[in-house]
Amino acid sequence: MKFPEQVRRLAAVTAVVLAAVLVVRFVVIPASYFSTKLHRANAVKREVARPVSFAGVLACRECHEEQFDAKSHGYHKNVACETCHGPSAKHADDPMTVKPYAPRDRKFCPVCHAYDAARPTGFPQINPTAHNPLKPCITCHNPHDPVPPEVPHECSACHAQIARTKALSSHALLECTTCHTASEQHKVAPRSALPTKPQTREFCGQCHASGAANPDAPKVDLAAHGGAYLCWQCHYPHQPEGME
Amino acid sequence: MNKRQFLKGMILFIPAGQLLETLARQAEAAGPGKPKPAKPDAEPDMGLGDYQPADHWYGMGIEIDKCIGCNRCAEACKAENDVPQEPFFFRTWVERYRVMHDGEARVECISVNPQQRGELQEDRDVLRTFFVPKLCNQCAHPPCVQVCPVGATFSTRDGVVLIDKDRCIGCRYCIQACPYGARYFDHRTSTADKCTFCYHRITRGLLPACVEVCPTQARIFGDLRSKASRLVRFQRMNKIGVLKPALNTEPKVYYAQLDGEVR
Ligand code: HEC
Ligand code: HEC
Ligand code: HEC
Ligand code: HEC
Ligand code: HEC
Ligand code: HEC
Ligand code: HEC
Ligand code: HEC
Repeated sequence: MKFPEQVRRLAAVTAVVLAAVLVVRFVVIPASYFSTKLHRANAVKREVARPVSFAGVLACRECHEEQFDAKSHGYHKNVACETCHGPSAKHADDPMTVKPYAPRDRKFCPVCHAYDAARPTGFPQINPTAHNPLKPCITCHNPHDPVPPEVPHECSACHAQIARTKALSSHALLECTTCHTASEQHKVAPRSALPTKPQTREFCGQCHASGAANPDAPKVDLAAHGGAYLCWQCHYPHQPEGME
Repeated sequence: MNKRQFLKGMILFIPAGQLLETLARQAEAAGPGKPKPAKPDAEPDMGLGDYQPADHWYGMGIEIDKCIGCNRCAEACKAENDVPQEPFFFRTWVERYRVMHDGEARVECISVNPQQRGELQEDRDVLRTFFVPKLCNQCAHPPCVQVCPVGATFSTRDGVVLIDKDRCIGCRYCIQACPYGARYFDHRTSTADKCTFCYHRITRGLLPACVEVCPTQARIFGDLRSKASRLVRFQRMNKIGVLKPALNTEPKVYYAQLDGEVR
């Protein structure tokens, strides 16, 4: 079969153009021009050069041994320093000019500890509006080693409801025996030896009168406050309400 | 010279000129005293120092039963990676799942409004409820890489999917293609953005920021090439699930105790 002249010419031109394109693509233009390696390497380089904001727990150790050790055997051992103090790489590089933030606020701890049904069972959760609502959490719990403060349990076997109420109140840390003197006999045959109960306003005044030694107890003017009534006619002693 | 001659001349001149130039360049490069240009198949410098990407293959484990939904990870990620502060821009985020008695699963992203946490009342209609942290799955077969028209997103040899912001043209195909919703559009640069496993940290031997701050070790980062990494141990000890396995993306974020309702 014979091709017409025009077809053969066209084929020849096409072949020449094709050959030229192939030569340019594979010989003239260097392979690196098509390679993605270079620009990807540059992208990786940029990515790797980015500054670090979180220094990591080990970085804090060299200067804050005390906090590190306290934390390493407590309940917060898995909570990194910067989980609470925020990104502190700048501080670790230059501690005197850059100060990390310390979350002393009551709002902070409930981020993890407020009750939430979706949290795993067994994770320690509290109700932030009922759990000692007036004070920052760190007055009772050391943030670096948050053992729940030892609450007196000696009387809770029989007075469980009072003990539970008190454990969450401002008086949580007071022993029952601060206010009641109970004999051993009371624990064996309770009604045969009833403990004492506070009798006077001055009793509460030991801690609450202005000028009294206890630094943590809020002060009132014993002579004027509450008139002539006994303190517990207005305040429930096992869960005293104050300003709020 | 007429038009025909001029055109003929040009046809010869242009390739001949280029050929000459290439020859000249090659002669120059081969000349003594000058460093040879890097061969195209040699690894170009990536600023990684002694770190060898080919020796690693990174993944993350997530233990759903440990997540307390404190959102520290999402906030740390924003701080570390300069993610826009407004909600809806996340490289990692936490979802709350609530499976109702009628079988319906309700999902909400708690990272959007962390203040609302804890206000949920005990709801009798809820059968079970839990948190699920999410992030880019760093797929071994990433659909986002396949669809990128300009090759701006790619997998590194240590198994991390990165974006070349200089190449990205902001067409958002990858955002559409990601089955996990892990990418977002950064309006400041008009490029796509996503989790990098904190590539700048892991190549320096640090943990990704979200893993660093997780208080309950619900997130575990590790090297799957290593015989004794925490991640390998985690995989050995748990029944592992991945998200949307049917898509064959081969995710490298492994979930333990993955609920069937989690998508
Ligand atoms: C190079 C030593 C150094 C390193 C590393 C270091 N710090 Fe400090 N840090 C200091 C010094 C010194 C101070 C006390 C500054 C002062 O009292 O004026 C301080 C103070 C602090 C405070 C107290 C701020 C306050 O309001 O009272 C916190 C919190 C803190 N550092 C956290 C960290 C964390 C978290 C890290 C780890 C990322 C870290 N530091 C690493 C030296 C260091
Ligand atoms: C659970 C959150 C939390 C974690 C985890 C934590 N801190 Fe703190 N840190 C606090 C709080 C709250 C304060 C403020 C304490 C105060 O004022 O009494 C504080 C105070 C400090 C101070 C100031 C001195 C002091 O003791 O009051 C330093 C220094 C410090 N932290 C370092 C660290 C280091 C280092 C780590 C990691 C080993 C760490 N913190 C882990 C919450 C935390
Ligand atoms: C980022 C999350 C996080 C933050 C913020 C946090 N904690 Fe914790 N806390 C934990 C974890 C995790 C545990 C250990 C739980 C466990 O052992 O299962 C814990 C344990 C505790 C415990 C022991 C509870 C028990 O089991 O008896 C107390 C008390 C506590 N934290 C108080 C605090 C206080 C006070 C703060 C604020 C300074 C705080 N936490 C902030 C995560 C956090
Ligand atoms: C007045 C002191 C006081 C303050 C303030 C206080 N707590 Fe407590 N907390 C206690 C005592 C006491 C217990 C132990 C209660 C018990 O054993 O019944 C406790 C227990 C806990 C527990 C363990 C609960 C469990 O189930 O094991 C957590 C978590 C906790 N507190 C967190 C907080 C947080 C968060 C704050 C701040 C919002 C806070 N506490 C403020 C005294 C306090
Ligand atoms: C074996 C159980 C038991 C134990 C342990 C116990 N109590 Fe009692 N307590 C009782 C009973 C029963 C009463 C009488 C209640 C009644 O009469 O209504 C009582 C009454 C009291 C009263 C009221 C007395 C009155 O005059 O109304 C006080 C105060 C008291 N107990 C304090 C304590 C203290 C403090 C402790 C711990 C040192 C303690 N109890 C341990 C069982 C016990
Ligand atoms: C701050 C001092 C104080 C502390 C601490 C205290 N009480 Fe009392 N308690 C009182 C006062 C005051 C009364 C008398 C109230 C009244 O007469 O209305 C009282 C009354 C009682 C009563 C009899 C009336 C009632 O409310 O049932 C019992 C029982 C009692 N206390 C048990 C306890 C136990 C158990 C503890 C420790 C868990 C404890 N108390 C700690 C001050 C205190
Ligand atoms: C007539 C009822 C009444 C009597 C009786 C009474 N109080 Fe109060 N108390 C209050 C009220 C109301 C408040 C709330 C604060 C206010 O309005 O001053 C209060 C507040 C307090 C506060 C908290 C102050 C602060 O700064 O947070 C203390 C402490 C206190 N009372 C102790 C006592 C003591 C101790 C007695 C016995 C000497 C007593 N109260 C008797 C009604 C009374
Ligand atoms: C051993 C010292 C002591 C004695 C005795 C004592 N308290 Fe207190 N009380 C305290 C302390 C400490 C606080 C503050 C604790 C805190 O804020 O966490 C306090 C707090 C209070 C508050 C304020 C609560 C608030 O939330 O603001 C009232 C009201 C109160 N006590 C009433 C009484 C009454 C009534 C008595 C007598 C039955 C009494 N207290 C006996 C130490 C004492």
